[in-house]
Amino acid sequence: MAAEAPPPSKEQHKLPTPEEFTEVQESAEFGELRRSHRSFAFPLTIAFVVWYLLYVLLSNYAGGFMGTKLFGNINVALVFGLLQFVTTFLIAWWYSRHAATQLDPKAEAIKTRMEGGA
Amino acid sequence: MSPAITHVTLAANEASEHRTLIITLFALFVVATLGITVWAGRQTKDAADFYAGGRQFSAFQNGLAVSGDYMSAASFLGIAGAIALFGYDGFLYSIGFLVAWLVALLLVAEPLRNSGRYTMGDVLAYRMRQRPVRTAAGTSTIVVSIFYLLAQMAGAGVLVSLLLGITSDAGKILIVALVGVLMIVYVSIGGMKGTTWVQMVKAVLLIGGTLLITFLVLLKFNFNISDLLGSAAENSGKGEAFLEPGLQYGADGTTKLDFISLGIALVLGTAGLPHILIRFYTVPNAKAARKSVNWAIGIIGGFYLMTIALGFGAAALISQDEIIASNPSGNTAAPLLALHLGGVESAWGAILLATISAVAFATILAVVAGLTLASSSSFAHDIYANVIRKGKATEKEEMRAARWATVLIGIVSIGLGALARDLNVAGLVALAFAVAASANLPTILYSLFWKRFTTQGALWSIYGGLVVAVGLVLFSPVVSGDPKAMFPDVDFAWFPLKNPGIISIPFGFLMGWLGTVLSKEEPDAKKYAELEVRSLTGTGAH
Repeated sequence: MAAEAPPPSKEQHKLPTPEEFTEVQESAEFGELRRSHRSFAFPLTIAFVVWYLLYVLLSNYAGGFMGTKLFGNINVALVFGLLQFVTTFLIAWWYSRHAATQLDPKAEAIKTRMEGGA
Repeated sequence: MSPAITHVTLAANEASEHRTLIITLFALFVVATLGITVWAGRQTKDAADFYAGGRQFSAFQNGLAVSGDYMSAASFLGIAGAIALFGYDGFLYSIGFLVAWLVALLLVAEPLRNSGRYTMGDVLAYRMRQRPVRTAAGTSTIVVSIFYLLAQMAGAGVLVSLLLGITSDAGKILIVALVGVLMIVYVSIGGMKGTTWVQMVKAVLLIGGTLLITFLVLLKFNFNISDLLGSAAENSGKGEAFLEPGLQYGADGTTKLDFISLGIALVLGTAGLPHILIRFYTVPNAKAARKSVNWAIGIIGGFYLMTIALGFGAAALISQDEIIASNPSGNTAAPLLALHLGGVESAWGAILLATISAVAFATILAVVAGLTLASSSSFAHDIYANVIRKGKATEKEEMRAARWATVLIGIVSIGLGALARDLNVAGLVALAFAVAASANLPTILYSLFWKRFTTQGALWSIYGGLVVAVGLVLFSPVVSGDPKAMFPDVDFAWFPLKNPGIISIPFGFLMGWLGTVLSKEEPDAKKYAELEVRSLTGTGAH
């Protein structure tokens, strides 16, 4: 337990000063990154929560519709449930693609500059 | 009635004849994981090792470990049981538990990884007054984890009585105590590194076991899902209603409201579960945290799809009387299904039962370890180091505090384990989700995204959400006034819903907003600039 000798990898980067953080936060470049995250993640979150609640509410109050048989013993309720799986996988994939192409490069640029130039 | 009972006793006898096999399989898992724990313990040198596994796990490893942490006894035993008894209504759990991951992916995982070090409290207290907010975060972490622990211990209790034929209270308490002692060993010696490896092993075992059962169920029905559903509906005695929503929750306006409440709690709870959140610290950066969530969504999604086969398979192949006689909430449906697939009174059936039960035990043990780690980390890092010692404790002292907290939490959960035997395990876990969604999620989201949010707002949302959620559970039919309640003989249940989410979650959000607009202090703009820039870019992340 060498508590007095922290491994060297921990604090390799110099942390920028509070002023630098404020400056970056107010910069157009960071504003663009924030907008790019929020304008994607917030509406999408609302959309999948609404879509999920629609399923919950239909299960509750539209039993007849949900019980409609589509083929064999497979009814609308089961298909609706499985669709929730499908949309979850799709949204995860879509967000990750957005993050990799739109967010990561911007974030990386700011991080490199702040840690390197400090 | 009596044929069913005889049948169950038969099953139990069958199982206890192969007690040696069950115990051997389980012992193998314990020995293997203890080996891992000791190995990991040797490599645990500083606090980042103990709390965050050295931050060197790959995205896939952590994705597997997250799945291991998440697929608890609730998912395996609870959902299978809920579907086996209530058909389609039980499936809501699978859907809610999965969709919930999107909240974690889109809003929480990456910013948390970027701006925190070891605990959820790191992020909540970032720009607030440290001591009060860390105390609040530590308190809610421990409360949520204890609710969750209760569910796992209940699962352990029912398994034991089914498998080992132990029905005496003393015997059950002994097993629960054994689980408790093992988890203390895992966590205090192995820390996050050991616990993460245990989760990975368990995830592989659970997926493997579930795949096997799913395959055998589908084989019985020639891979025709429609036939499987049809047989389930017929054998359940409820006909087509079994495949439609409403069997459990469709009775009247109150139960329908309960369904909505449960649905909301499930979808908003995940991103506020401390034992899940701290997993994101085990990877090197936010990109890896994102990838591990994606792996987890894939693995967990696949697993929940298989709950359809487990639950409806049990309903199709086992009589409702037998499932209920074995456990009133269906918690033993999955192991019983294994027995029936292999053939009651055959060696193959007993082997399958033993295997699946050992997997279920492993599941419980691993999740219990994850929960204990989350609460002892939060106690040591948030409460002991930053509140009691005001940031002056050394890493060594902090880790010692964490190990002591582990022992304490172990003892508490052993004590609570006996209380909740007859409740459905998935229902119990849903309570932990409701508490997490009410107390933690609002505070996390406000902290990360709302510039004006203040210390008072944070305290009001954590304590407000916590007190209302726990209070409503206390006065709900889960605790009293119902034959399946923890205290069935008394009745102080004036709150009619079993899940408090529909009231407590909006209340948590409301209190966070109200506390903020009513506070006299100005928010710390500089600190928010720091938090926002760090959380989105990863600047200065550890």
